[in-house]
Amino acid sequence: MDIGGIAGELTVVAGAAVVLVVVLFVRRDRQWVGAPIALATCGIAVALIAIRLATRPQELTWHGAWALDGAAGWAELVILATTAITVALSPQWFATDARHGEWYALLLLSAAGAMTMASAADSLELLLGVLLSSTTGYVLAAYHRRSALSVEAGAKYFLVGALTNTFLLAGVALLFGAAGTTLYDRTATSLPGASTVTLTAAAVLVTIGLAFKLGAVPAHTWVPDVAQGAPAPAAAFLTVAPKVGAIVALARILSLLPDTSVGWRPLAAGAAALTMTVGNLSALWQDDVRRLLGWSSVSQVGYALMAIPVLGRSPQALPALLFFITAYAAGQLAAFGVVVQLRGRTSLEDYHGLARRRPWIAAALIVALLSFVGIPPLAGFTGKLLLFTATIDGGYAWLAAVAALNTVVSLFYYLRIITPLTLDQTPKAVPVLRRSTATATSLATVLIIALGLAAQPLLDAGQNARLLP
Amino acid sequence: MLTASIVVPFAGAVLLVAARRLDGRTARWVAVAATAVPLVLMVVAWVRYDTSSTALFQLNERAPWIPSLGVGWRVGVDGIALALASLTALLFCAAVAYPVDTKGQPRHYYAWMLFLESVSLGLFLTTDLLLFYVFFDLSLVGMYFLIARWGHGQPRVTALKFFLYTLAGSLVMLLGILGLYLETDPLTFDMATIIRTQPLAGAGLRAGMVLLALIVGLAVKTPLVPVHTWLPPAHVDAPGPVSAILAGVLLKMGTFGLIRIPLAMLSDTFADWAFLLAIVATISIVYGALVALGQTNLKARIAYTSINHMGYAVLGIAVAGAMAADHADARRLALTGATVEMVAHGLITGALFLIAGSFWQRTQDYDLDHYGGLAQPARTLTFATTIAAFASLGLPGLAGFVAEVQIFIGTFAVYPAAAAVALLGLLITAALFLQMLQKLFFGELPPEHHQFPDLARSETAILGVLIALIVLIGVYPRWLLDLIDGTSRLLVGTG
Repeated sequence: MDIGGIAGELTVVAGAAVVLVVVLFVRRDRQWVGAPIALATCGIAVALIAIRLATRPQELTWHGAWALDGAAGWAELVILATTAITVALSPQWFATDARHGEWYALLLLSAAGAMTMASAADSLELLLGVLLSSTTGYVLAAYHRRSALSVEAGAKYFLVGALTNTFLLAGVALLFGAAGTTLYDRTATSLPGASTVTLTAAAVLVTIGLAFKLGAVPAHTWVPDVAQGAPAPAAAFLTVAPKVGAIVALARILSLLPDTSVGWRPLAAGAAALTMTVGNLSALWQDDVRRLLGWSSVSQVGYALMAIPVLGRSPQALPALLFFITAYAAGQLAAFGVVVQLRGRTSLEDYHGLARRRPWIAAALIVALLSFVGIPPLAGFTGKLLLFTATIDGGYAWLAAVAALNTVVSLFYYLRIITPLTLDQTPKAVPVLRRSTATATSLATVLIIALGLAAQPLLDAGQNARLLP
Repeated sequence: MLTASIVVPFAGAVLLVAARRLDGRTARWVAVAATAVPLVLMVVAWVRYDTSSTALFQLNERAPWIPSLGVGWRVGVDGIALALASLTALLFCAAVAYPVDTKGQPRHYYAWMLFLESVSLGLFLTTDLLLFYVFFDLSLVGMYFLIARWGHGQPRVTALKFFLYTLAGSLVMLLGILGLYLETDPLTFDMATIIRTQPLAGAGLRAGMVLLALIVGLAVKTPLVPVHTWLPPAHVDAPGPVSAILAGVLLKMGTFGLIRIPLAMLSDTFADWAFLLAIVATISIVYGALVALGQTNLKARIAYTSINHMGYAVLGIAVAGAMAADHADARRLALTGATVEMVAHGLITGALFLIAGSFWQRTQDYDLDHYGGLAQPARTLTFATTIAAFASLGLPGLAGFVAEVQIFIGTFAVYPAAAAVALLGLLITAALFLQMLQKLFFGELPPEHHQFPDLARSETAILGVLIALIVLIGVYPRWLLDLIDGTSRLLVGTG
């Protein structure tokens, strides 16, 4: 048994168990002890995965059910970093919640689900990851039991999830029927020759199923509600971690299909174009900053999806996907970190004049939003640059043109936040959360700038990364 | 050295943002000092530049940045870039020193100006295609905040329109740049390599698409009719010195880009499309002049003449890239003329917008009909405006003439019909400037302007420098022409 191959995941699950037990026995005002335990868990898991990436070849393990490739490792590291930042955002936010120790256990379990999605090389393993990530996600979204908005967000997340998970199940079943196996490597060899209709149906169903985790069209409707209603740290986590896992999973499973008989490339390109357009158009006149960030995250996933149709056609596709999703994660965490620091304020009007009162917090939000637009030299720019290069190289220049048009549209609503934020005056005082919340936000903001300026090491890793089988 | 001229203004900007205690006066002096450094460095670069060299780029400095993408910190100059970078350094120094209402936030105003200078110089000095795009994009961010915060009228709406419009242009250009980049082997954004290898030569439709994307993207910034509509409101609502920068420096990025990218890197394909570009430029010339004639707002009028003048520059560039082997000298002349036009327009229109800023400082009014007879109370102002206006309409002995005469000679040899139509533009411009001078300075002096203050000493000094250069280029252009001509020769290929 290759325990070393999945040591990162095992650590996270074990950490969750430790948190659960410890918080049972600590006083109500000391529930925050879950946070350092969770942080330590993330740290150990990161170290184990880094060691694995450095020492082991990119291969399949557990009889082919689990991928130890660069793409999976990268996604796992991003998910763990996201979890750690979310953990750091939590203690002050939940200070008045007398039972919030369990929160950290749920976060870790949800992270384990997302990591499983990224690494799964077997369709049942994929289902396991999706379900683990979903069930914990519903609870995270509805964690403020007494807030109607939070419960509504959880309920909506659950309903969309329950529906689309059945789609995913049906798609996986069709694939199993066509290939006679759930293992990806054997599926890949036995699929050519299978019925085009079956495979196309499977591709559509799987895409819709994973679109839920991605927050992509047509299963995107939960994103703005969760962004607005869920506890702000949950919103930060749920709009990043599952998406990172799911996009690698989608890339992996679609790459199995023969592109001669199944039009999965145009399918993914269409999903990308639709997702970015719907997200951007919906964000245009949004007067609620958290909902706006939700819609903007839909559009960002649309950009990330651009890499999938050109996988295998352009050598830049996989590095572009991995880099962009990392840049997106840093941006989204910084933006939601600001929301948490501002105690969850959400109306656009409440952000007017913030730059005079809290220049550093305002700067973090501006950097995050400009990175979403793709203003150089921030991480989002490098990400978009790689994506545009890959899509043009892979013969999908029209998709790059659609993305460019969408970028212009998106500038409009990002400026609707940035302009009054910097130019207006406000008479009101702005109370904020400090300590670990501020540290986490600053860290994410620094990452946005650092990833843009010093992209080379990451690009080297991206060039070497593979997507097995 | 070139790198230092980009870094120093940026460092000045950071200093101004960080130093919270600085008062407005000191902030202005810090800014002036920070803009003086690049100006001095440009003079040194000018001295060290070898006009007889056959290497296109000189004074090169480079450092690796993202080697796996072929991106590097590459700076260097050819004659055209050096001329425009010097203009940039001069205009920023003038604009920063010029008195302006900073609306209670002097540190931030000067910090944004310095940031904008840093990226503008970066754009003219870089020889890396991706860095060119980066600076192109960042110039929009700087200009956006300058207009939105310190503009008047409806500054936020105007600034938003400016940003959206020009970002659209820059993204179209980015697609073109990537299309070009993907044809290089090994992949590189190094301009010198791309110009030498001409990666898209003979690529047919693909090359056409790339060229179209590049030209459309750059045309938005230039701007050419019909993608010019962001320009007039941006000029009218921006504070005077910022307008001077917008017209004098930012518009040049479009025409400079046309020379640097499509003309130099896709010369075969450019030749196929040159005539079409010449037609668009001619339309811009005539349309810009006609619309300018109809404006009663002082700044809108100057703004539309920018469209007209940039049309001349584009016409010259189109002629330079035309497929006409037997007219090599005419094409070289046109390219030199186009570059001189950019420099001249930067100086002249820069001066005119600074003057417009002085009007706003005094009366908060741009309406020509509300003025008259100012020659009596404001002699120096009248004198400065008259010279700048005459230079703008192309009076011999002033800078505009030197540029336009070369463009027209070149154009008559290659596209005589376009030249004939473009001449109309000259006539209309003459009419509109004379009418403007008449409305402002002659006729009856409205009673509320009896105490109209003349130019202050600082204003006179700054305008004096610009006007002296306009006259110098008009009377003795050799020093500037020599610098540019060597590069034109290399680009047009007359050996």
